[in-house]
Amino acid sequence: MEGNLVKLSKGLDIHLQGKAEEKKIQLKSNGRYALVPDDFEGVTPKVVVKEGDKVKAGDALFINKQYPEVKFASPVSGTVREVVRGERRKVLCIKVDADAQQEFTDFGKRDVGTMSGEQVINALLEAGLFGYINQLPYAVSTNPSVQPKAIFVSALRDKPLAADFEYEVKGQEQDFQTGLTALSKIAKTYLGVGVNSALKGMKDAEVYVFDGKCPAGNVGVQVNHIDPVNKGEVVWTIGDPTVVLFIGRLFNTGKVDLKRTVALCGSEVTNPAYVDMLVGEELSTLLSNSYDASKSVRIINGNVLTGKPTTKDGFLGAHTSEITVIPEGNEADEMLGWILPRFKQFSVNRSYFSWLCGKKQYALDARVKGGERHMIMSGEYDRVLPMDIYGEYLIKAIIAGDIDRQEALGIYEVAPEDFALAEFVDSSKLELQRIVREGLNILRKENA
Amino acid sequence: MKALRNYLNKIKPNFEEGGKLHAFRSVFDGFETFLYVPNDTSKAGGVNIHDAIDSKRIMSMVVIALMPAMLFGMYNIGYQNYLAAGTLASAGFFEIFCYGFLAVLPKILVSYIIGLGIEFAWAQWKGEEIQEGYLVSGIIIPLIIPIGCPLWMLALACAFSVIFCKEIFGGTGMNIFNPAIAARMFLFFAYPSKMTGDTVWVAQSSIFGLGNDLPDGFTAATPLGQIGQGITPDTSVLDMALGFIPGSIGETSLIAIAIGAVILLWTGIASWRTMMSVFVGGAVLAYIFDATGQFTIGCQTVAWWQHFVMGGFAFGAVFMATDPVTSCRTTTGQYIYGFLIGAMAIIIRVMNAGYPEGMMLAIFFGNMFAPTIDHFVVERNISKRQKRLKN
Repeated sequence: MEGNLVKLSKGLDIHLQGKAEEKKIQLKSNGRYALVPDDFEGVTPKVVVKEGDKVKAGDALFINKQYPEVKFASPVSGTVREVVRGERRKVLCIKVDADAQQEFTDFGKRDVGTMSGEQVINALLEAGLFGYINQLPYAVSTNPSVQPKAIFVSALRDKPLAADFEYEVKGQEQDFQTGLTALSKIAKTYLGVGVNSALKGMKDAEVYVFDGKCPAGNVGVQVNHIDPVNKGEVVWTIGDPTVVLFIGRLFNTGKVDLKRTVALCGSEVTNPAYVDMLVGEELSTLLSNSYDASKSVRIINGNVLTGKPTTKDGFLGAHTSEITVIPEGNEADEMLGWILPRFKQFSVNRSYFSWLCGKKQYALDARVKGGERHMIMSGEYDRVLPMDIYGEYLIKAIIAGDIDRQEALGIYEVAPEDFALAEFVDSSKLELQRIVREGLNILRKENA
Repeated sequence: MKALRNYLNKIKPNFEEGGKLHAFRSVFDGFETFLYVPNDTSKAGGVNIHDAIDSKRIMSMVVIALMPAMLFGMYNIGYQNYLAAGTLASAGFFEIFCYGFLAVLPKILVSYIIGLGIEFAWAQWKGEEIQEGYLVSGIIIPLIIPIGCPLWMLALACAFSVIFCKEIFGGTGMNIFNPAIAARMFLFFAYPSKMTGDTVWVAQSSIFGLGNDLPDGFTAATPLGQIGQGITPDTSVLDMALGFIPGSIGETSLIAIAIGAVILLWTGIASWRTMMSVFVGGAVLAYIFDATGQFTIGCQTVAWWQHFVMGGFAFGAVFMATDPVTSCRTTTGQYIYGFLIGAMAIIIRVMNAGYPEGMMLAIFFGNMFAPTIDHFVVERNISKRQKRLKN
């Protein structure tokens, strides 16, 4: 089936150095794993294991306090080493030491074609995979008891240096199809793909082809163009297509298999390439000898726009498809930035020379490169926000705490990541993603 | 260069919490960020990389765009003085420019010292970073007043605009009215005799032996002023376009302003939508007046397009109507906003003999209406969303 085509003119592709080559690094795990509850937005964890407990891959490590039926599966079989807590006893992560011989809890192979939506949901809840499904509004891990209007999957990763899902899915098309079929039993399912995607022929989902620059791959942007969310409606979103593979594998094999293909990328990485890892795997083995450790670098769990900074001893995030290493830049001491040409810097503004350099790849560091100001320039956000939303006005409404106006301006349709590029280009250096996230959290509490 | 960085690092603790110069931390921070791009890196929960553009760069670009108008303005001040004294033929280019430079420089210095002084003090008081907005206002204000305006008046106007038009609203980005327009409005209504008329447009005395002392009671009117009185201007259209006419310091030369316009549009710092629609609005109204011949003032003596080469129309359209803070923020709104300003400027010029220059009031009213225009544009988006909910 040829998909419906959506052309987007707004957006921005940032070309960075250190794109992963299509080859795989062979990695031997050091056996240390940890599941981080913060990777699941909006989830308050309740830990259901104790230190020293034996778990199998697929057994729950923690559950969502709000919806206790939502469990979160251990990626490996092994022994719970530690429940790490931070301030006010907040659960930071649950560490598991893997057994040499992996054991899987068997959830039984199923023929998804004959299952009902309810059966699919129950199977996902049972296997601890349901929490990987997000929702709009609020862009949080979803509630299993609310019937969604539709389910949206984006298989297009187009953020800077993003791992190509087309490369990851090669050879696993069957699992992907099973996952889509399973989702389609719950509600009408849409699949958003890129122009050259091999996934256009997928069945049981209405395929939309998105032709445009980043953030055309954001699931929120796709929802906005296919069937926008209205107040009171809920749609489920899967912006991380690997989750569909997790679901497909569960039904095809009966096991929870959280293997994902991750791009090790960024200008500081010596040999950028792909690697197969499990969710929660410690990064130290992957990162040792992959960059110059004497330099001040930023290791990002995810891509440069939405990823969180981590350390060498961090763990692969649940939705992380890239580990990016860029210079931190805290020792850059760049002089007279307000007037010099700064050929090494990238800017969409033509007072710099990026517009002359075409697809030149940049090695950008993590500096903010300016002081925070009030919103001065107009139209900056709109250029990179391909949604029918007035970004500046929505941000102002959030800062002002005016909930009625936020609703009127469409806050239910956005996720923080939709504002990532706006935050990148913003000359006033406002922390837009944080502002949107805080706004959504307040609204969620208010509407609960 | 390393030495400078080391020196800054050495004295920095004095300005931090508990240091003996803590009271001047905003000033130190202002100079440090002027010399070096801050090394602060992105916080967790946001993007990890940022575009190199910042508000310092943007404001610097606007100042650069204003340079041709300023330099030509200086030359023209000298030119007008030598022309009035009849010694133009014997004076060299350099002599004329130097005289103009010396005549204009005190105004720029006063504007920056007073305005930035207040900004620095305010930032210090509020414990904030110094904002760059006044870099632009501080150069625009001297360029839109007559050379005959005394320095103390200018100082008063700068102080008024910074305090009452910007800082009490919360600083750059929060102000409703363009500070430069506010400064000019202040002068225009408080001291009309020094802002308009026949005696203020030409520098009247020599400076350090340069230039000429003009006789007492010397008068020279701007072309726009002449038209306001129903007189045909005695300058050619070419002179008006090039800028060799009496007028406010930086606004006379269409060519110099056009160079600035190209810089602003090319860098995308000014909105082409706003700028274009100011000219369209002005042209439409001027053409209507011209064609109908309803109003005698201004229309009998010049063609509709000559409005653009006279007075502050072009300067206002390029540098002041396009101020992103005080103009419309929505793209649709910018078309309406620009058109309104252009149209209003011509209406004031043609229909009201009391104010030969309408651009100042037009931009002021434009600023006033901008939030309302935006409101209706955004409201359309809101009602579309509500309609979707009902269906």
